[in-house]
Amino acid sequence: MISISVNGSVHELDVEPDMPLLWALRDVIGLTGTKFGCGKSLCGACTVHLDGRPVRSCILPVAAATGKRITTIEGIDSPAAKAVREAWLALDVVQCGYCQSGQIMAAAALLTADRDPSDADIDAAMAGNICRCATYVRIRKAIKQAARSLAGGA
Amino acid sequence: MAGSNIVNESRRRFLKHGIGAGAGLTLGVYLPVATAQRAAAGPGKAGGEVIASSDFSPNAFVRIAGDGSVTVIVKHIEFGQGTYTGLPTLVAEELDAAWEQVRVEAAPADASRYNNLFWGSSQGTGGSTALANSYQQLRQAGATARQMLVAAAAQAWGIPAAQITVRQGVIEHADSKRRGGFGEFAALAATLPVPEDVELKTPDRFVYIGKPLPRKDSPEKTDGSAIYTQDIKLPGMLTALVAHPPRFGASVRSFDAARAKAIRGVADVVAIPSGVAVLAQDFWSAKKGRDALTVEWDEGEAFKRGTDEIMAQYRELARRPGTVARHDGDANSALASAHTSLAADYEFPYLAHAAMEPMNCVVKVNAESCEIWNGAQLQTGDQYAVATLLGLPPEQVKINTLFAGGSFGRRANPQSDYVVEAVSVAQAIDGRVPVKLVWTREDDTRAGYYRPMYFHRLQAGLDNQGKLVAWQHRIVGQSIIAGTPFESALVKDGIDATSVEGASNLPYAIPNVAVDLHSPTNPVPVQWWRSVGSTHTAFSIETFIDQLAAAADRDPVEFRREMLSEHPRHLGVMNLAADKAGWGKPMTPGRARGIAVHESFNSFVAQVAEITRGDGGSFTVDRIICAVDCGVAVNPDVIRAQMEGGIGYGLSAALAGTITLKDGIVEQGNFDSYPVLRINQMPAVEVHIVESDAPPTGVGEPGTPVVAPAVANALAAATGSRYYRLPLEIGSSGRPPA
Ligand code: FES
Ligand code: FES
Repeated sequence: MISISVNGSVHELDVEPDMPLLWALRDVIGLTGTKFGCGKSLCGACTVHLDGRPVRSCILPVAAATGKRITTIEGIDSPAAKAVREAWLALDVVQCGYCQSGQIMAAAALLTADRDPSDADIDAAMAGNICRCATYVRIRKAIKQAARSLAGGA
Repeated sequence: MAGSNIVNESRRRFLKHGIGAGAGLTLGVYLPVATAQRAAAGPGKAGGEVIASSDFSPNAFVRIAGDGSVTVIVKHIEFGQGTYTGLPTLVAEELDAAWEQVRVEAAPADASRYNNLFWGSSQGTGGSTALANSYQQLRQAGATARQMLVAAAAQAWGIPAAQITVRQGVIEHADSKRRGGFGEFAALAATLPVPEDVELKTPDRFVYIGKPLPRKDSPEKTDGSAIYTQDIKLPGMLTALVAHPPRFGASVRSFDAARAKAIRGVADVVAIPSGVAVLAQDFWSAKKGRDALTVEWDEGEAFKRGTDEIMAQYRELARRPGTVARHDGDANSALASAHTSLAADYEFPYLAHAAMEPMNCVVKVNAESCEIWNGAQLQTGDQYAVATLLGLPPEQVKINTLFAGGSFGRRANPQSDYVVEAVSVAQAIDGRVPVKLVWTREDDTRAGYYRPMYFHRLQAGLDNQGKLVAWQHRIVGQSIIAGTPFESALVKDGIDATSVEGASNLPYAIPNVAVDLHSPTNPVPVQWWRSVGSTHTAFSIETFIDQLAAAADRDPVEFRREMLSEHPRHLGVMNLAADKAGWGKPMTPGRARGIAVHESFNSFVAQVAEITRGDGGSFTVDRIICAVDCGVAVNPDVIRAQMEGGIGYGLSAALAGTITLKDGIVEQGNFDSYPVLRINQMPAVEVHIVESDAPPTGVGEPGTPVVAPAVANALAAATGSRYYRLPLEIGSSGRPPA
C-alpha cells in the first residue's frame, strides 16, 4: 500500500510504486482534472503541485509523492490560484480546455513565487505548458491581470 | 418564414401521456434544408458545397424547464472553437433569454434531426460551418419558443399577446404590471400549437449578436470538472493500448502475450485488425503490458519508402501537366511571350494534427447495440462505420458527444479509424466489459492521417508595365478525399476540390490562369488538417505574389490591390490590416513586415507579420496584425480567440511542423521530435473585425493559412531571400527558383 495526501485527504493505494502519480490520480483516485498529454514531461498538461511547487505528474512515480502535499486543479484554492482562475474566466482564456488545468497550476505556482512577473518571466515559467489551441496571448494577459488583482489585495 | 414546419415535441408527448410535474417546453423545428442553405450560405459558395439534399429535416434544439432554465441542444462538437457559446447565443437572442439561464447540452447522434445543413443528411462538424449552417435554424428555434411563451402568458393573463414584452428572460405586461419568468409559462406553452410564422429580429434589435458574451464552457474548463473522453470511467471498464505495426500496410503475423499477461493489472491481450490490444485495469498497467509484448509483423504489404523519395517522385511528376482545375485564357503562350517570367517550386511536409488530447474512445458493445463516448466530430460517419463492423442498424449506435481536447480535423476521420479500433477491441473480448482505447502521444503522432505532403510549381509572367499577365500553378499531392465516403461529392472530373482550394479560386485579376493537379497515391493515410487545402495553397500563392511584386518593383500591398478590384472583401481585410499595421512606415533595422491575404471557408483574412532578425539564423515573430471578414460577427471575442489560436496553430507548423518517414518508419513521436509552438514563440496578436451584415461564416480555420506566408514575406523583406519550403528555416531558404 502506498499512502499519498491529495488535496488534504489521505489515500491508500494498492498500486505498483512505479505508477506515475498522474495515473494514480486519474485512474485510481478518480481525479480526472489533471490531464495526460505526452507522458514524458514535455507538455505540462499533467502539472500538479507537490508541497506547493509545480511538478509533472506523468513522470513522478507515485511512491516518490508519499509524505508530500499533493494539490491538483480540483483542490487548489490559494489566493494566487483564485486570482488566476478569475482572470481566466474574465478573459475567456480557454478553448478546448484540455491543457488548461496544467496552465492554471503552472500560473498559480508562478504567481505564488513571483507576484509581478515580466513577459520574460511568464514565458520562462510557462514554456513547459503546451497549448495546441494556442491560447498563449490570453494566458499572458490573464497572468498579468491576476498579478494586478493580487497586488490590489483582491 | 415560408416553408418552415415546426412541431412542438412536448405537445406531442402531452397529447400522448399528459404533462407531469415540472414538464416544460421542447421545440422541434422542422426546417427545409434547401431554405436554410439559401438563408445561411449567403453570397459565398458554402451553399454550393452541399453534399446531398433532403426535403424536411426535424431538429430539436430548445428545452425550457419549469425552473426557467433554457437548455440549448447543440448539434456540433465543442473542441475549442466556441460552438457551445455561439449556437446558444442565436437561440438566446431570439428568445430574449437571460444569458445566465441558458445551459448547453450535446445533441445525440441523430442525423434526422441534427444534420449539418450544409452537408445534406449527415451530422458532423467541419469546414468552419457550425455557426454558419445554424444561423437561421437556431434563431428560428429561439423565436418560435419565444412566441409560444408569449402566447401562453397572454392566455394566462387574458390580454393580447401584442401587449407583452420579453426582455432578459422576463415576460412582462407593462400596463397591468404583471411579469413572470419562462418557467412559469413553460408548461402552458407546451400545450399550445406551434406558430406557422415567426419573425426574426432585424440586426438593429440584436442584444447579444455582436457582443462578446462570455463562453459557456469556461467555468468547467478552469476547475478541472469538464469531462473529456479521457476522463470517462464506466463500471468494469478496461483501458486498452494497442501495439500498432511500425509501418503503414503491415499487419500482425504472431504475438507472444506471456510477458504482457504477467504484468499486474493486465486482463487480456487480443489481436484486432489494426494490431494487438493489451487490456488492463488502468493506463499504466496497459502501457507496461504493451511494452512487454512481443509482436512479429507481416511486412509483405508494408510501405517502406521515405518522404525524400516521395518528394522526388512529386517533383518528377510536376514536370508533366496534370488534370486541369482552372483554365482562363492561354497561360502557356502568355508565359512564353511575357516580358519577365518567374518560376518557383514549393515543398510542404506531412503534418500531424497533434491535438492536445491524444485520440481515444470509450465503447460498450452488446448483441443489439453499441454505446460510444467520444469527442465525435462526424457522428453520422462514425455510426455507419461502427454499425457496419458490428452488423447493427446505424441508429443502434448511440454516441455521447463529449468535449474534445482539440481535433483540428483529426477526429473527423473519414474511416472512423480510432473509433473502429476501440469497437474492434470491445468486439474481440465479446463485449464482456466496456473498453477505453487510449493512444499515447507517440501512437497519435505515428498513426498517420496527416496533412498530405505537397509539391507546387508556380510560373508567372509580367508584361513590360509590370502587370501580371500569366499564372500557372501545378499542385502535386495525395488526395484526401479519394476512397472516402465524400468522394462522390468532393471529387469532380478527377479534381479533389480540397487539393486545389485557394488556388483554383485565385482571386487576382490575371488574364491567363492555369491550375492543374496530380494526385499520386501511396499508403500513408492522409486527412484534412485545419484549413485543409489552404494550408499549402495560401503559402505558395501569397509568397509568389510577393516575389512578383518585388520583380515588378511594386509595393506588395499596391500590387495586390490593383488585382483585387473585383474582390471587395479581400480588399477590405487587406486594407484594414495594412492600415492598422502602419504599412509603409519605416521600421528599425533588423525588423520587417510581410503581408498575406486569403479566403477560406467563405471568410476573408489578411495578416501583417512583424519580425525581428536575430543572430545567425534566428528570427522572432513579434506581432501579427489580423483583419477578418466573417460576415455578421456573432461573438467578436470568440472570433478574436479563433484568430489568435488559428495563427498560433499555423505558426507552429510554419516554424517546426514536419513528419518525415525513413524506410517507411515515421521518425517523430512525442513533442521532443515533433515540436509545437510554445508561449515564448507566440507573437502578440491584434485582431480587427470588418463590420458586415453578410451571413456569418466560419472562423475556426481561416486564420490558420495566412500566417506562414505573411511571416515568410516579412523574412524575405528582412533577408532578401525567398522561402520555398515549410517549415521555414532561415539561412536555408529552400530551393532557388527553378
Ligand atoms: S503529460 Fe506530463 S508533461 Fe505532458
Ligand atoms: S485550450 Fe486547447 S490545448 Fe490549450
